Amino acid sequence: MSYYEKLIFELSKPGRRGAAVPSGTGEVKVPFGDGAKCWRSEAPALPEVSEPDVVRHYTRLSQLNFGVDGGFYPLGSCTMKYNPKVCEDVPALFAGLHPLQDEETTAGARELLSGAERFLCALTGMKHFTFSPCAGAHGELTGLMIIRRYHEMRGDTARTRILVPDSAHGTNPASAAICGLEPVTVPSGPDGLVDPEALRPLLGPDIAGIMLTNPNTLGLFEKHIKEIAELVHGCGGLLYYDGANLNPLVGVLRPGDMGFDVMHVNLHKTFSTPHGGGGPGSGPVGVCEALKDALAQVDGKVSAFHGNFGVIVRAYAYILMLGREHVKELGPFATLAANYIKESLRDKFKLPIDSVCKHEFVFDGLIDDGGREGVPAATTLDVAKRMLDYGFHAPTIYFPLLFHQSMMIEPTETESLETLDECIAVLRKIADEAAVDPSLLKSAPHNTPIGRPDETEAARHPILKFTAEA
Amino acid sequence: MAQLPFFPHTQEDVARMLERVGLSSLQELYSDVPQEFLYRGEYDLPSALSESEVKASLEAFAARNRKLTVFVGQGAYDHYTPSVIPALCARSEFLTAYTPYQCEISQGTLRYIFEFQSMICALTGLDVANASVYDGATAAAEAARMCVASTRKRNRIIASEGLLPCVRKVLEAYARYGGYELLVSDHPLDALDANVAGVILPSIDRSGAIVDLEGAADAVHTAGALLVLYCDPSALAVLRSPADWGADIAIGDAQPLGMPLSYGGPYAGFMACREALMRKLPGRIVGQARDAQGHRCFVLTLQAREQHIRREKATSNICSNESLMALWATIYLSLMGPEGMKELNAACYRSSHYLRERLLSTGLFEAAEPGGFIKEFVLRPRTDASRLHKYLLDKGFFAALPTEEGRVSFCVTERRTKEEIDALVSAVEQFAEEEGR
Amino acid sequence: MSIVKEGLMYSESHEWVRMDGDVAIIGVSDFAQSEMGDITYVDMPDEGDAIEQGEDFGALESVKASSELYAPVSGTVIACNTELEDAPELINKDPYAAWIIKVQVSDKAQLAALMSAAAYAQKVGA
Repeated sequence: MSYYEKLIFELSKPGRRGAAVPSGTGEVKVPFGDGAKCWRSEAPALPEVSEPDVVRHYTRLSQLNFGVDGGFYPLGSCTMKYNPKVCEDVPALFAGLHPLQDEETTAGARELLSGAERFLCALTGMKHFTFSPCAGAHGELTGLMIIRRYHEMRGDTARTRILVPDSAHGTNPASAAICGLEPVTVPSGPDGLVDPEALRPLLGPDIAGIMLTNPNTLGLFEKHIKEIAELVHGCGGLLYYDGANLNPLVGVLRPGDMGFDVMHVNLHKTFSTPHGGGGPGSGPVGVCEALKDALAQVDGKVSAFHGNFGVIVRAYAYILMLGREHVKELGPFATLAANYIKESLRDKFKLPIDSVCKHEFVFDGLIDDGGREGVPAATTLDVAKRMLDYGFHAPTIYFPLLFHQSMMIEPTETESLETLDECIAVLRKIADEAAVDPSLLKSAPHNTPIGRPDETEAARHPILKFTAEA
Repeated sequence: MAQLPFFPHTQEDVARMLERVGLSSLQELYSDVPQEFLYRGEYDLPSALSESEVKASLEAFAARNRKLTVFVGQGAYDHYTPSVIPALCARSEFLTAYTPYQCEISQGTLRYIFEFQSMICALTGLDVANASVYDGATAAAEAARMCVASTRKRNRIIASEGLLPCVRKVLEAYARYGGYELLVSDHPLDALDANVAGVILPSIDRSGAIVDLEGAADAVHTAGALLVLYCDPSALAVLRSPADWGADIAIGDAQPLGMPLSYGGPYAGFMACREALMRKLPGRIVGQARDAQGHRCFVLTLQAREQHIRREKATSNICSNESLMALWATIYLSLMGPEGMKELNAACYRSSHYLRERLLSTGLFEAAEPGGFIKEFVLRPRTDASRLHKYLLDKGFFAALPTEEGRVSFCVTERRTKEEIDALVSAVEQFAEEEGR
Repeated sequence: MSIVKEGLMYSESHEWVRMDGDVAIIGVSDFAQSEMGDITYVDMPDEGDAIEQGEDFGALESVKASSELYAPVSGTVIACNTELEDAPELINKDPYAAWIIKVQVSDKAQLAALMSAAAYAQKVGA
């Protein structure tokens, strides 16, 4: 099929429509457009299309997309596991429930939420959760609000700085800034880990806490966590756990047991609710017992109603299927798959830090990138684009910022050995292609609906909405 | 123990992988973890359920909710969802796709976001819209921060008391640490001074009344601040647009565009602004581009605003938004078109005015503040509001929600039939009768 | 290899300064523009804004990066190069012709903190 290029607006024909609407009850005259200043005089420029137009257009758009159901995402930093289908069936059971309905009419929904809270507590070692945050970054912000409340409630108002390792997700410093906290960068050691000795001089009475991702964004377990916790707690600070990388720990160890006081969980990563092309997610925040009152002050106040309830229902169903038996397989299977890929490719890609990884790991570009005199070498971007040609999603690239050619791979526990082997074979083939003819990679992708776009021009002269041709 | 249907590893697979990795057991994968932290106990979770048991369990929860006929809005509106929408949104190419960073295999997502942005611009009259934020309330908080970032050395935001309570509460929560000082006022334009960065007014207030915004933009701009309007996007199909009122930023929740109530989410916040403020707009933005062959295509653009590049200097910390719900709204608006949206609002208008007349004729209410409305209105009860509300609840209606100012709030969408409306009125009459005894 | 233009003063953060009486004309070095790649947007202050030596007064953006611009001297912004609004690529084409702002300098003694072309060339290995 040739590339389908249309926008819904370009299918529009005056007089067409895709939905019939009831006319309502009563005979009152409807005053829209009668010239009174509150009404618009011209209809908004929405498309006029029939129902089949709409169905065919969006079906064809969907065919331009890659999703987990269609293929493997070896995508570091964002756990992209298979999403069981039954989880998609259950939210509709709650579709008619108004968020402001009286408690006595919503017992089922509230029991589900408290059940989800019990599950998450069991899995993380936290004691209480709020479900108001709608995504991971929203959870970070909420967690930091709780930390600030906690210090304030103790009359300690001087803690305005927060420690953030240089390997952290960009959302960490951004969330800190939005919560009025100044992020203080903690440099990683040569082993990619937070060094307690580098941390020590940064501590003081102005430190609200530390935001830690463990395993960190290099996929490495912060093995000095005990000492880090003692140091940060010793100066009066709290430990925030960024749940983005919780997956390898599920069923093995719990953030609460490592000394973390506050954390968020990305239900759309770890608990298998689908990404939806970038949301909706859900980022519940859990706290230890000491922060219960601080949590209560923030609970229900960071989003309009009860957070993304429909996402929580999906995650609840997923945990029911996991059960106490299979939960212990989750982290180890994810971790095993990552190490398997890493060990299968280390002769082709540079491994900047060589140790057992957790759910993900980072390569720093190709060992032989084909760069010869006069021939530009294949970069990580080129490898990523070439992967698209072979039917795989690209890894996360150029993050973390610690290396120039970062390429982050996370396979998750739902990919079979055969799929992992296929991916390994493709990456080995691409490495061989690069060594012989890097131009093949530089011009990739070749087999996708479009080629590489001119993003520079798009940013210099932004076109951000459809405008009808004059 | 039977294998979990979505964990494909057989014992043999595990053994082969361990061999490649050079380890002899799964435990060794965690040898770098301080061993005292390993959780050795049984997890306090139920025993694993099969799919049919999961369904039964969730159905049992749902059965403990009461099914009510909804006559309340207050930020969540019971509009009908055309069947086309869930069918298309459930397509796994949309549902299970990642954020469209790899544009070559994400043209579907990028295209519908571009269409969503275009439709939000059409409804608001403004130049630029983003790909969505979490909900309308967080859109308000983001808009407040945008005002502060766009005006120099000003940090006060005035929010009208007429905004929905669910919006005000989030504005307050973010204000506490979020870099702006919040003043909630019932006369927001009287509180303007040289420290005010922005004023947030509702286009339809918490009682459902259409707000006359004549002169608001002039007053706000004269004071050097920005005007933000909180809007119901469904009503914008017939209301004068925020741009025509002179607003700099328009925000709101896209829920009224056919999204089920779902106990409060997922919905989607929208944000639109004038071009001059484009680089302060938070969240993802999709732009048009060309590929090497000259095909028109779409990419995430202006990313230097965002957290993954600018970290603590980003316009916002937002990363995930409500992409799939933006698709939901986009398909809804495509199906409805300008005529459908007008008819929908007309249906709401007729039915809500019909209910209001009938309720007033019961003698149990007085008219509250005057003001035009489309689907939501308040009345002053001549009776105990919460007793009335509970009575109706027992009769299967979620209606007459007591408000902060001692009124009761009603909302009638196109979904409510004449039979349902008449049945509600009968229940109110019955209440009046029983109260009278 | 990047070009370091003679006769200009340079800051540690890769801005160049050319003095014209009491007015500093400020841009970024060839090294800075080549590190950034294709510049897509120049965030500039408003005329009349006061800027402080060492503090950021704007930023350069590319598709995948953003880099703050730091004031090499303190003073008041008297002009911004509005040509860059529509054509940020001018900085990539000729960073020494594409000035960004002009500043009425409040304390010329601050210029002593800047590097000569020779010293800057050594720093960036040109």
